[in-house]
Amino acid sequence: MLEIWLGIKSAFWLIVTLDADLIEIACRSLVVTLSAVAIAAAIALPLGAWLAIGRYRFRRLVIAVLNALMGLPPVVVGLVVYLMLSRSGPFGVMGLLFTPWAMIIAQVIILTPLIASIAHQSIRDLWAEYHDLLISLNTSRSQRIKTLLWDSRRALLTAALAGFGRGIGEVGAIMIVGGNIDHATRVMTTAIALETSKGDFALAIGLGFVLIAMAFAVNITIHMLSGTEVRDRW
Amino acid sequence: MVSILPLSLNDVTVERDGKRLLGPVSLDIRADALTIVLGPNGAGKSTLLRLMHGLVKPTSGRVRFAAPRGEAYAHQAFVFQTPIMLRRTVLGNLCYPLTAHGISHAEAEKKALTWLKTLGLDGHETQRASQLSGGERQKLALARALIRKPELLFLDEPCANLDGAATQDIERLIGEARAGGTRILMATHDLGQARRLADDVLFLHHGEVLEHAPAKAFFEAPQTDEVKAFLNGDLVI
Amino acid sequence: MIRSLFALVTSLVTSLFLSGPLTADTLRMAVTTSFHNSGLSDILLPEIVKGTGLDVQLIIVGTGQAIRLGEAGDVDAILVHSRRAEDAFIAAGHGTHRREIMYNDFVIIGPESDPATIAENTRTAIEALQRIAGAQAPFASRGDDSGTHKMELSLWAAAGINKAQRTPGWYKEAGAGMGATLNTAAGLNAYVLADRASWLNFSNKGALKLLFAGDPALFNQYAFLPVNPAKHPHVNHEAAMQLEDWLTGPHTAELINSYRINGETLFTFNAE
Repeated sequence: MLEIWLGIKSAFWLIVTLDADLIEIACRSLVVTLSAVAIAAAIALPLGAWLAIGRYRFRRLVIAVLNALMGLPPVVVGLVVYLMLSRSGPFGVMGLLFTPWAMIIAQVIILTPLIASIAHQSIRDLWAEYHDLLISLNTSRSQRIKTLLWDSRRALLTAALAGFGRGIGEVGAIMIVGGNIDHATRVMTTAIALETSKGDFALAIGLGFVLIAMAFAVNITIHMLSGTEVRDRW
Repeated sequence: MVSILPLSLNDVTVERDGKRLLGPVSLDIRADALTIVLGPNGAGKSTLLRLMHGLVKPTSGRVRFAAPRGEAYAHQAFVFQTPIMLRRTVLGNLCYPLTAHGISHAEAEKKALTWLKTLGLDGHETQRASQLSGGERQKLALARALIRKPELLFLDEPCANLDGAATQDIERLIGEARAGGTRILMATHDLGQARRLADDVLFLHHGEVLEHAPAKAFFEAPQTDEVKAFLNGDLVI
Repeated sequence: MIRSLFALVTSLVTSLFLSGPLTADTLRMAVTTSFHNSGLSDILLPEIVKGTGLDVQLIIVGTGQAIRLGEAGDVDAILVHSRRAEDAFIAAGHGTHRREIMYNDFVIIGPESDPATIAENTRTAIEALQRIAGAQAPFASRGDDSGTHKMELSLWAAAGINKAQRTPGWYKEAGAGMGATLNTAAGLNAYVLADRASWLNFSNKGALKLLFAGDPALFNQYAFLPVNPAKHPHVNHEAAMQLEDWLTGPHTAELINSYRINGETLFTFNAE
């Protein structure tokens, strides 16, 4: 219990004194995860829409696989990405291992199935509603995808935020592929793991509180910017 | 503009899960009329309209327009019994068919605003379409169907859930479209509405066309027992 | 303040997205958790920048993983403490050579109550382990193929207590770094083999105490091994050599020998 109290205190001091190291790793956490979410969403949202309106073989299989991939263990993803990016791996020449790029790649792999799966579910429901109308209006396939994505944007925002939540708190994969290098690839979660391993629980939990606060702040900011919950929902 | 009519159905049947919903039906739909499709519930009225509009595929037989398919589907519209509203504003719903087919936003909005005046919905532009009343939503759906001036318009019991005032508004809009030269096929089971609007009547029973006659002849000299019973207000099974 | 925050974010984003491959004066080195947890790296890194201009990026892992990273060519050099694994690394041609830098010693940590009574009348580390096994007192092992873990295993072997005799009832494999294993030991009130530096720098001591030290068998040598550029042409061998020069120089000797926690010396410089 004492540790939690000390943690709150250290979180408070870290924030009010604008601790330079804290700001740096907090920003790096945000940049890495927001980039990963942006890339994952760019892949996952059209994929979700395409899966929702498509009528082709293997569709059920693809959806089942996608749902299963939501539970991908990050540490396994990290290991596979490490083996791919390692100098002795197939993409070793690119020299991406132990850089923020490697962390982004790992997170994109973890987040894409999650975002696609949630997006697919909400788009499928909307497609059931719009199906007859959009066909009647003689729209093309790409117009249908565009319309569905736009009209379910709030649900898709939630999908992206779910991805952000998973990404910002993820440690297993980025620890392996990022290496937790100070001033290069150290982010909030790996810093927490490091402080815990040093037995400095007060600082670790202090960082933990900052991380939670960051996650809240991002969620609230995005909800305010998008105006969800302000006007009546559909 | 090349007309997409006549629309001809040749020995068409529609089956689902081995059960016959419609047919065999052979029909020619020619320009310039308002045809009421009458019949008891489950007679296949909806299926017939959806088949002609391409929402239902025929199990056998052919549905053919005078123009190529792409052209034909671009010049027709459909209003569903329960209006499907896009999750957008009233204005957004009206603009959608225009912008989806390459008309600029500015032009689409100008046109949509004119329509909103006709509908008596001016002032509701930025309101969510889902917040409109049932009658207003159906008027909006009808306007959205008419905004691209379709040559052929299908109406699937558009007034089934509406009160008298809303029905009157919808019938006025249908009448104006009819006067403007739009070919209309409208399903209803409301005999009064059929008498008010019909140029000719198509009576469906168990998926087959029992009678197809000019309105006057249909109402005054029905040929079959089923139609006589229907016009009498008896249950037709 | 907002402006400086903004500048920081901007520079971070640009550094993230515009940085190409590593620059010439960046060196990646895999080091053991015991080295990092001792706190010595925090003293050395700024001095390295001052002395050589090198930006040394530390990847903190167990000796086993450090050696794997070196074999794969993912780092430019490794700093580890497991003689046999190091010799094998050189023999296989993964490293150019092995240079000893400094040593400290391993110590046996345990609960203050000392149920196996190793604090008194114990002459060797082997004897201490035999008493722990005899009392079936809880013991936390790294279990992660690190240098410390390898040392512990060789001590068990010398004590004649084989794997089957180390039953899970009292022998707990943490499968984690030095700090995490010390946390485990603190939680279980268990005995644990640790390097002196990590122990001194560890904050969560709980009811644990240093109970046994001083046996020459517990000697712990750290060595620096540059990765072989003949095998991995992309490694920054030049920087590795520069770092080796610095690590073995007189200024470094001074820094290492004078690094103290609570008045205790942690490492002894012994590069030749």
